[in-house]
Amino acid sequence: MNSPDSLRSPVKNARGLGSARSGVHHFIVQRATAVALLFLTVYLVVLLVSLIGADYSQARAAVGHPCNAVLLVAFLLAMFWHGKLGLQVVIEDYVHTPGRALACQLVVVFACALAALASVLAVIRIALGA
Amino acid sequence: MAEFALPKNSRIQPGKRFPAKPGAQKVREFRVYRWNPDDGANPRIDTYEIDLGSCGPMVLDALIKIKNEIDPTLTFRRSCREGICGSCAMNIDGTNTLACTKAIDDCSGGGVPIYPLPHMAVVKDLVPDLTHFYAQYASIKPWLRTQSAPPAKERLQSKQDRARLDGLYECILCACCSTSCPSYWWNGDRYLGPAILLQAYRWIADSRDEDTGDRLDQLEDPFRLYRCHTIMNCARTCPKGLNPAKAIAEIKKLMVERRT
Repeated sequence: MNSPDSLRSPVKNARGLGSARSGVHHFIVQRATAVALLFLTVYLVVLLVSLIGADYSQARAAVGHPCNAVLLVAFLLAMFWHGKLGLQVVIEDYVHTPGRALACQLVVVFACALAALASVLAVIRIALGA
Repeated sequence: MAEFALPKNSRIQPGKRFPAKPGAQKVREFRVYRWNPDDGANPRIDTYEIDLGSCGPMVLDALIKIKNEIDPTLTFRRSCREGICGSCAMNIDGTNTLACTKAIDDCSGGGVPIYPLPHMAVVKDLVPDLTHFYAQYASIKPWLRTQSAPPAKERLQSKQDRARLDGLYECILCACCSTSCPSYWWNGDRYLGPAILLQAYRWIADSRDEDTGDRLDQLEDPFRLYRCHTIMNCARTCPKGLNPAKAIAEIKKLMVERRT
C-alpha cells in the first residue's frame, strides 16, 4: 500500500481524504427501488403473460391503458434508477484508475438516463395515442 | 483495476522437501508458503513431513516443531498459543484462522497448506504487513469518548447495556476476517474492512460513549463503510465465532435511523 520510500505516516494514509459523509442516501434509494421492483416485476410478468397470443393492436391498447401506462413508467424508472445505483457500485468496486472510474460513472449515468427517457417516452406516446 | 492474477515476482515456485525421520509412525505433510525478501527469489512452497506422534495437536505446534527441529529459517508470528493474542493468524487449509486453535486433525486430508493472510504485503514467510490495518484501527479512535465531566469513580453501565457488547468485545484484531473479504482485497486502502467496522460498532454500541454521532459521521462514506456487500466471508472465517457482518449491518441501520 505504501511505497517503501513514502514518508507519510500510516495513519495519514488510512484517514485519506476523510469521510465523504454520504452513502446512506444511495443505500436507502437502492433498497426502496428494490422493494418497488419486487412488486412491479410481478406486475410486469402478469401483464406479459396476459398478452400471450394478443396481436399488435391488442398489445398496444393494453400498454395504452392508463393503469398499465402508469405502472409501466413506474417500472422503467425504478429499474433504470436501481440499475444505475448497482452499476455505480460495480465501478467503485473494480475500477480504480482515477480518470477511468469517473468516465465509467458518467457513461453509466448517461446511458441509464437516456434509456429511461427513451423507454418512458415510448410508453407515453402509446398512452397518449400518438 | 482489481488484481486477478499475481504479478510475475509473486508466482509460487515448487520448494524444498523435508522428509520425516526414518521410523516415524504417523506422518502428515505440511505445505508452507516461503518467501524471503533478501534472496530475490520468487515465493515457494516447502513441504515438511511431520511425525504427529511427537507433535502437539494444533497447527501451531507443527509450525513450532518445524522451526525448532527441522528448519529454523521458517518465520511466523505467535505468542499466547491460546487464541487470545491474534498473532498466529494465517491461511490454513484454505481458511483464515489462528494456528494455535486449529487442530491438525480438523484439516482436510492430505498435506496441510499454510499461507500468510491473503492479499496483504508479505514481510517474510507467514508474516503479513498489518501496518495499514492497524492504522485503520487507530483512525476510528477506539477508546471511550465523552462530553460529560468524568465521574468521581467509574462510568456505570447497566447489565443490559453491558450485554450489548457481547459478540463485539471478544474481537482480538487478528485480521482473519478483513483479509478474507473480497471488498477489502479490492479496496482495502479506503474500505475499513470487517474487523475495524466491528470495532467501530463496539464503541457505537457502548452506552458510556457519548460520541456516537461523530463516529457515524466518520463512517458514512461509500468506501469506508458501504463497500460491505454482505459477502459474509468474515463471519465464516472468524476464529472467535463472531459476526462482523452483523455489526456492519447494525451500523447501516443506525445510518438510516438517524435520517428517518
